[in-house]
Amino acid sequence: MKICGPKLSLCGLIISVWGIVQLVLMGLFFYINSVALIEDLPLEEEYHSLEDFYAAANRAYNQNAYNCWIAACIYVLTLLLSAQQFYMNSRVTAN
Amino acid sequence: MGSLFRSEEMALCQLFLQSEAAYACVSELGELGLVQFRDLNPDVNAFQRKFVNEVRRCDEMERKLRYLEKEIKKDGIPMLDTGDSPEAPQPREMIDLEATFEKLENELREVNQNAEALKRNFLELTELKHILRKTQVFFDESVPTVYKSSGAYSSSKYRRYPQMADNQNEDEQAQLLGEEGVRASQPGQNLKLGFVAGVILRERLPAFERMLWRACRGNVFLRQAMIETPLEDPTNGDQVHKSVFIIFFQGDQLKTRVKKICEGFRATLYPCPEAPADRREMAMGVMTRIEDLNTVLGQTQDHRHRVLVAAAKNLKNWFVKVRKIKAIYHTLNLFNLDVTQKCLIAECWVPLLDIETIQLALRRGTERSGSSVPPILNRMQTFENPPTYNRTNKFTKAFQALIDAYGVASYREMNPAPYTIITFPFLFAVMFGDLGHGAIMALFGLWMIRKEKGLAAQKTDNEIWNIFFGGRYIIFLMGVFSMYTGLIYNDIFSKSLNIFGSHWHLSYNKSTVMENKFLQLSPKGDYEGAPYPFGMDPIWQVAGANKIIFHNAYKMKISIIFGVIHMIFGVVMSWHNHTYFRNRISLLYEFIPQLIFLLLLFFYMVLLMFIKWIKFAATNDKPYSEACAPSILITFIDMVLFNTPKPPPERCETYMFFGQHYIQVLFVLVAVGCIPVMLLAKPLLIMQARKQANEEVQPIAGATSDAEAGGMSNGGSHGGAGGHEEEEELSEIFIHQSIHTIEYVLGSVSHTASYLRLWALSLAHAQLAEVLWTMVLSIGLKQEGPVGGIVLTCVFAFWAILTVGILVLMEGLSAFLHTLRLHWVEFQSKFYKGQGYAFQPFSFDAIIENGAAAAEE
Repeated sequence: MKICGPKLSLCGLIISVWGIVQLVLMGLFFYINSVALIEDLPLEEEYHSLEDFYAAANRAYNQNAYNCWIAACIYVLTLLLSAQQFYMNSRVTAN
Repeated sequence: MGSLFRSEEMALCQLFLQSEAAYACVSELGELGLVQFRDLNPDVNAFQRKFVNEVRRCDEMERKLRYLEKEIKKDGIPMLDTGDSPEAPQPREMIDLEATFEKLENELREVNQNAEALKRNFLELTELKHILRKTQVFFDESVPTVYKSSGAYSSSKYRRYPQMADNQNEDEQAQLLGEEGVRASQPGQNLKLGFVAGVILRERLPAFERMLWRACRGNVFLRQAMIETPLEDPTNGDQVHKSVFIIFFQGDQLKTRVKKICEGFRATLYPCPEAPADRREMAMGVMTRIEDLNTVLGQTQDHRHRVLVAAAKNLKNWFVKVRKIKAIYHTLNLFNLDVTQKCLIAECWVPLLDIETIQLALRRGTERSGSSVPPILNRMQTFENPPTYNRTNKFTKAFQALIDAYGVASYREMNPAPYTIITFPFLFAVMFGDLGHGAIMALFGLWMIRKEKGLAAQKTDNEIWNIFFGGRYIIFLMGVFSMYTGLIYNDIFSKSLNIFGSHWHLSYNKSTVMENKFLQLSPKGDYEGAPYPFGMDPIWQVAGANKIIFHNAYKMKISIIFGVIHMIFGVVMSWHNHTYFRNRISLLYEFIPQLIFLLLLFFYMVLLMFIKWIKFAATNDKPYSEACAPSILITFIDMVLFNTPKPPPERCETYMFFGQHYIQVLFVLVAVGCIPVMLLAKPLLIMQARKQANEEVQPIAGATSDAEAGGMSNGGSHGGAGGHEEEEELSEIFIHQSIHTIEYVLGSVSHTASYLRLWALSLAHAQLAEVLWTMVLSIGLKQEGPVGGIVLTCVFAFWAILTVGILVLMEGLSAFLHTLRLHWVEFQSKFYKGQGYAFQPFSFDAIIENGAAAAEE
């Protein structure tokens, strides 16, 4: 079954690989509470106490880490899909 | 192995070739590709040369091959391209080749003609078939219309139909009569109605109908039906839509008129029998003939296909052979014929180092042709400027191309290409510093390098791809260097990596952090004292307020330091040129003052930066604390303009070290003093030397000005040995020198400032990357809940595409162009003339490649 052409499947392949590598790493960095990524957390402007902030930040860090990994998993799916498409396309042109 | 640093030494040689061995020898030289022949008959036009006939025959063969190629491409037959190049065939083989091509072409033309004739026939028959079928419908449907109401045709003519129902059985045409017809038939004259059937292009039909109506005053009746399937036009193979029409009329006059109109509209008319039985019979005949034609057509196509497939196997090979023969004869046309007609005389430029190889090739050629007399390669003395030949390999080729794009180096001039291999990717990387973007670029380059052979064999004519592929080593190096500078700037997709652990520590307590919106880290207490081991400390990533300020100070200084070093390097290169060309006057009165000027003003500024970095620190006491650090730019401006510096803050000192003021005054005076030396010394000395050497004694001027005067004025003439150094007027020397000096002095200032683009572009790149992250990827990251992952997937793809499109491609292109400019203008203007002309050896490889490129256009 062929859905995408050779260029689209190649594009999907590259973005998937890139996405998997970067998102797994970013998930890891979120998981270990990397300070560099704090601006990308869904946090409020102000918190009343330090404990509140810490709790929220930890929750957000974990949440983002899981989100990153979920996205990475989705990219594994697109990787498989585009790899299969790529294979189909290359087989068509080889014939 | 020639040197990378200068172009090859060249020699002008005379070559005597036996006429019978000439062909084989030139063929060997063409395979070698190391000899550039000169045209010895420039005043003879192309049609008066010796081998004009052979060249014309080759042209003819090439034309036939191109025709074959076109036909093969039309049929979509793959052409076998083995990539190897067969040797140039012997002259006698040419006749065989010609005969082969002639036969093939004739065969193909015949096949094509036959096929066209058959197709035309086929078209006619199909049209006739459609006419018969459609007109049958017209004739048939007229019967029921009579009984149906006249609503189907609102035209007034049809209202009469029911009245004439009684005589419809006699004559089919009678039903289609108009009022006039009814009137005419009523007296019992039984006027025969004529009709004409044909086929017309569908888009012409409305005009045709209107024309008929007007020209015949509405006395004809037209019926038409579309042919659903498009028909193939046999002349150009296009698919065209046509319609069948039938026109009824009365009388011969109308008939001629109708026929003329049909002719005018290029409608094809077909005979259509009146009786239904005849028509049926005819239709049957047509059908059988169409079937017959189909088989014949199929066989013709098969035959054509067989011929083309056979030709496709050899086509590339033939092309190579013919192009080689043509190139050889073309070269032989450049030669002079000896008086005795026994030998051909050629003049050629040859790299000195390759004379041995060339001799060998010539000997091979002689052996092959069976001639007994060896060819003679004889070195000649010349005053002409030899061509510039830089030996390159696949790695240096792209860098040499960057240099040659500015101007081909003068003969034996210092070649900037080897230095460019390092400085180009480095200066690029200073502007493009980002670990992530650099990695993308390096991976792309690496992929092209790894797949080099396969990609090179593909040979597309996609221009952008060819540029990328040609510069694969540059791209790879630029990527790797960008990764390095990215680590130094500590930027990966605008985020920082904390590999070694920041060397800054927070010493504020909880309540301070809670109550203040902004907090400062003091370099005194919060800094460990030792810097982060490699690159920027990652703490700057979270310093929202002064990150850019800090980076700017660093990057600006870095770019000026690199720039000044780059320019000094360029000036030093000119020293190599002057010593090589034994240009003592330029060495003493141009190079030395230039270097002094640059060192005393701009390198001093660089030194000041280092002194400032070393001497001043936040941990020091005044006068060497951070508050006392002077602005280098202001210091420099004050120095050049002899301004008295502003009084320093309390307990600080104006100057950084003892005696700075006096040193600065001295430096400026010496530097300014260099300007008149640069401006006047050389022309004055040349003038003096010329005065002294009024007689025939070889003057010094000959030695001094040979780089410029000899180089420029000597181009065409090689008649006289002496007298060529007098050609440049003294006034011209003065003007030239003053322009050169002004350019250098003003250039030093503007070029130093120009290197600030390193800072500007790097800032722009970092900021753009950050904007892209916060405006795009952050949106995906900030999604709450489990939907976040899916949103993130989409946002990430979008971000990735933008990253590649904007940051890597567009920013990369912009940084590339700025780097190119820095090399061409700021670096090469210090030493590079670029007034040579390139060595274009007679080489089959180049000819075949160019021939293929030209044919594909």
